[in-house]
Amino acid sequence: MTQGAWDIRLENLKLGYGDTVVLHDVAATLPGGKISVILGGSGGGKTTLLRHILGLSRPLAGKIYLGGHDIFALPDKEFRRLRRSMGVLFQDGALLGGLTLAENVGLSLYEHTNLRFDDIRGLVLHKLSLVGLEDFADYYPNQLSGGMRKRAGLARALATDPPLLLCDEPTSGLDPINAAQMDALLLAMREQYPDMTIVSVSHDLASLYNIADHVLVLNSGTVAFSGSLEELKNTDDPFLRRFLDRKADRVPAAAARNPELAPKVRAALDAWLSR
Amino acid sequence: MLAGLKALFSGTKQLRKIFRQMYVIGARSFFLIALIAAFTGMVLGLQGYYTLVKFGAEGMLGALIALSLIMELGPVLAAIMVAGRAGSAMAAEIGVMRISDQIDALTVMDIDPLGYLVSPRIAASLITFPLLTALFDVIGILGGYVSGVIMLGMNGGVYFYRIDTSVVWHDVSGGFIKSLVFALIVSSISCFQGYFAHMRRDGVGPVAVGNATTSAVVTSCILILVADYILTSFLL
Ligand SMILES: Nc1ncnc2c1ncn2[C@@H]1O[C@H](COP(=O)(O)OP(=O)(O)OP(=O)(O)O)[C@@H](O)[C@H]1O
Ligand SMILES: [Mg+2]
Repeated sequence: MTQGAWDIRLENLKLGYGDTVVLHDVAATLPGGKISVILGGSGGGKTTLLRHILGLSRPLAGKIYLGGHDIFALPDKEFRRLRRSMGVLFQDGALLGGLTLAENVGLSLYEHTNLRFDDIRGLVLHKLSLVGLEDFADYYPNQLSGGMRKRAGLARALATDPPLLLCDEPTSGLDPINAAQMDALLLAMREQYPDMTIVSVSHDLASLYNIADHVLVLNSGTVAFSGSLEELKNTDDPFLRRFLDRKADRVPAAAARNPELAPKVRAALDAWLSR
Repeated sequence: MLAGLKALFSGTKQLRKIFRQMYVIGARSFFLIALIAAFTGMVLGLQGYYTLVKFGAEGMLGALIALSLIMELGPVLAAIMVAGRAGSAMAAEIGVMRISDQIDALTVMDIDPLGYLVSPRIAASLITFPLLTALFDVIGILGGYVSGVIMLGMNGGVYFYRIDTSVVWHDVSGGFIKSLVFALIVSSISCFQGYFAHMRRDGVGPVAVGNATTSAVVTSCILILVADYILTSFLL
């Protein structure tokens, strides 16, 4: 449909659920063929933004362009074609619980072609080996740890070598070695597929410095920064500096000073603890 | 709904999913249905015998049991049992998939969740409900035989002769139509309760799945009885 790498253009977006607005005045361009990292606090609307880029929810206002196409103006058939080019890692993996890892990874190939699972098993095992799970191909998601499910979710996202890869917190919940492995995998994808646009959500600074070409920072419901990693490193915006230098914005001493428990509560708690 | 119906019987991969669901809905309800049917038939036999004996008409027992089962009790009780067993499972399974983003994952893989999850269940229900109903009828009639003939000493030949002469094709097809309608009610209500678990106002997350499951069974049962009344008034 579109030649070359796709960029993602967000235009005056207002996103939310029903009456609650989660993000407003979001305007940014995530460059094609690069790795963009979306940063933001917990509950800051990162997943919400991804869901809208995927077309799973409609914005309250504004537009989203993928490779120049306004995704909410496209006819349904065209949009579904466009979405076929997206690989997605959901925050909790979202593997189908009734299928093995191999079946999960091979699912879209299996469903959209007349290939049988045996035909695609080689490819599936290769994708699983990228995330170090080739020995777990026949396990069900519930038999794995959270981090393993996340890695399997990435293998599924990569199954069709999509031009657009969207990952919701690929490294959270992983040990440092596996987290570094995920980062290395994303970098390798960018090497191997120069036209692949990768968007990754994170609040892991180490990972940010490792992989980001472009950074989008969300804070208090809107875009606090959108630019290259270099620009971010040199910023003198007080909020961004605090974020980058990992400074708490509330004084810890105040947080540690617990309010006095009411005598009744104190007594009940002590009685239970000494029982 | 329309998309779901359209995708009902397309492709061998779809057939495979339908067979899987037939196993879940049908094969695994087999013993439950057989048990309920046996006791229903036995109670009908006892109750019917003592009622008919007052009029000296105990010879009609076979006809009474067979007609009650084939036209009413078979389709209705089988459907209610399967709603409790398989309908609740459909709502819970699809509801969990909804709240854990699995349905969204299907959507972004361009796999129509209705075609993937809902239509195999509807199709499998349309196939298995009539079979389970037939099973219910047969075992119920045998249950009536046990209490009427073996325990109360009626003549076995008369029992089956009365069934043979009183049941006509119209009764059987009526029961069949009912079981098809109930299949549609139970499967579509259960699937859609699960499918829209995230839009419920009475809870979120696991609570919503629980409520969806409850509504699936309750709504199915009520609609089965309402539809039964409407169908009976048309079929009689
Ligand atoms: N389905 C929903 N309905 C209503 N509000 C929602 C829904 N999903 C998320 N929210 C709200 O939107 C806000 C942003 O949530 P979101 O999941 O986008 O955050 P996030 O940045 O991904 O956080 P995290 O890093 O913890 O994953 C939160 O305040 C949340 O309460
Ligand atoms: Mg999130």
